[in-house]
Amino acid sequence: MAVLEVFDLVKTYNEESNYPVHAVNHVDLTIEKGEFTAIVGPSGSGKTTLLNIMGGLDQPTQGKVIIDGKDISFLGENKLIDFRLHHIGFVFQSYNLIPVLTAKENVSFVMVLQKTPKKERDLRAEALLKEVGLEDRMDSRPAQLSGGQQQRVAIARALASKPAFVLADEPTANLDSKSATNLLDIMHKLNREEHMTFIFSTHDSRVIERARRVVTLVDGKIASDVRQDVS
Amino acid sequence: MLARIAWRNIWRNRVRSLILLSSITLGVWAGIFMLSFSWGMSIQYVNMAIKGQISHIQLHHPEFKAEKKIDFAIPQASVVVDRIIEMEGVQAASGRTITSGMISSPVAGAPASILGVNPEQELAVTMMNDNVVEGDYFPAGRKNQILISEKLANKLKVKLNHKIVLTLQDVDGNITAGAFRITGIYKTRNSTTDELNVFVKSSDLSPLLGLNEGELHEIAVLLKEHVELAPVYYQLKSDFPTLLVEDWRTLAPELRLVVDSFKQNMYIFMSIILLALTFGIINTMLMAVLERVHELGVLMAIGMNKLSVFLMIMLETVYLAVIGGICGLILSYFTIQLLGKTGIDLSAFSRGLESYGMNTLVYPALQNNQYLEIFIMIFVAALLSAIYPAYKALKLNPVQAIRKI
Repeated sequence: MAVLEVFDLVKTYNEESNYPVHAVNHVDLTIEKGEFTAIVGPSGSGKTTLLNIMGGLDQPTQGKVIIDGKDISFLGENKLIDFRLHHIGFVFQSYNLIPVLTAKENVSFVMVLQKTPKKERDLRAEALLKEVGLEDRMDSRPAQLSGGQQQRVAIARALASKPAFVLADEPTANLDSKSATNLLDIMHKLNREEHMTFIFSTHDSRVIERARRVVTLVDGKIASDVRQDVS
Repeated sequence: MLARIAWRNIWRNRVRSLILLSSITLGVWAGIFMLSFSWGMSIQYVNMAIKGQISHIQLHHPEFKAEKKIDFAIPQASVVVDRIIEMEGVQAASGRTITSGMISSPVAGAPASILGVNPEQELAVTMMNDNVVEGDYFPAGRKNQILISEKLANKLKVKLNHKIVLTLQDVDGNITAGAFRITGIYKTRNSTTDELNVFVKSSDLSPLLGLNEGELHEIAVLLKEHVELAPVYYQLKSDFPTLLVEDWRTLAPELRLVVDSFKQNMYIFMSIILLALTFGIINTMLMAVLERVHELGVLMAIGMNKLSVFLMIMLETVYLAVIGGICGLILSYFTIQLLGKTGIDLSAFSRGLESYGMNTLVYPALQNNQYLEIFIMIFVAALLSAIYPAYKALKLNPVQAIRKI
């Protein structure tokens, strides 16, 4: 079952000028539920733009983005925010947790926005933090956590809203080798055991090696789309 | 959660928030203190005028004030005074005989407003004995005593126990005169009225004027509390329908103007202070928003809608302004309580103040409802100052704000 479908997606910057930039150029892509997909490519290949559009953060110039059967390509701003809240989990390169909230509050925050009852969100936040191995750091604020721990909180936060998939932008870029491996283990475990769909852009060869599907972008076009066996 | 985030956000940059809170606190304190000083001065001026002479309510013959003719007297006024004294809410009442004439010493003369009083009654209403600086306030057992002001005594070049002559017109239009001995010299803070008013016993003045026994021109009523003005006023109007009953607002419109204009000034003055503070708040909050563009972008990316972002910034601003405002109000309250007891000595400017009939010791004061009104003004200013920074946050584009997901 496809959770994300992209048809003939085009994103052009400086359309009106003599030098338009085609950041994404006629891309077709389908992501099935439970996939663990890495989007790779050199700098300027359009990875971030593609992820932004797939995440409903940006609108395409042309084409369609269908998530869970709903076309979000040209949804209004408020509807897009609401859609992101209920269907997409985000993990950012620099963690981007809310600095004034504790780990548990950060995870609960998305559920607060979803108006989940307090008891339910407390239980879920605790369970997710336990799943990412941070049950003993629930009351710590981001500044009191290491980079790897913050990124694990970010994953718990991304999963809190029960999204269709998680979009992660270079999630290991700021992590040391041990933390990166640890994070990948957690993502793999969630993917394997809970069939959570992960799509991430990356340069990190460790991540690419562990992805089941690797989509390579060059000049805004899909140059290759390879499925690989990962133990 | 939104309120919690907003609350914690304001303490992220503790020094900046404390500086802003201090400036709001001091601004509000300075504004309220100035208002309390002005209000205290106004109230003292009004109270001094009420307790010094006009009282809360006065009763006259309906035509006396227009014509100023001494034959428009209140018949059986002594009985009316006794009845008024018995009324609930009335502290004291005093009957007066009023005329104008000339006061002469062997070397000089001056126009005078002559007030014939019952010394005991007048004492209860105006506390004139407090103002006696030389001699006594109508010592017992002597006839034809007169109490004149220090200023008039200097003008007439007379001293205590000297004799002066009052020349006036009786009810039949005849010019009559009486010799009076100065048994007391007084000085009030109102140098203008001091120069004009002289006090004699009404029992000495009435025969000179040819008034019947018990006839008076004016009954001054002092109340226990200001708040009892309306009930006593309407009771008097109902009990004495043939007399003209007037409260101090009608008797002295200039005093009413003092009170009314204070309220207008309060709004203008506080608005200016709050306007200045508003710019300070906008500046700080704008800085806070611009520093957190990336973070706000992330919040919107993960699903926080624009209204919530707007409300969060509004809440942060309102928290700061309201906390600063409340601190300012509390600080002002205690300052006013303290200085309201000790007073502020303005004796260095006493001559100027006295010429306006004002006290040189000012007791700052503010009514509870005025604190509430100022608090509402602070709250409105906080909301207004929150709008622009919150609007800036509202206009953020998540993609541009976070650059990339």
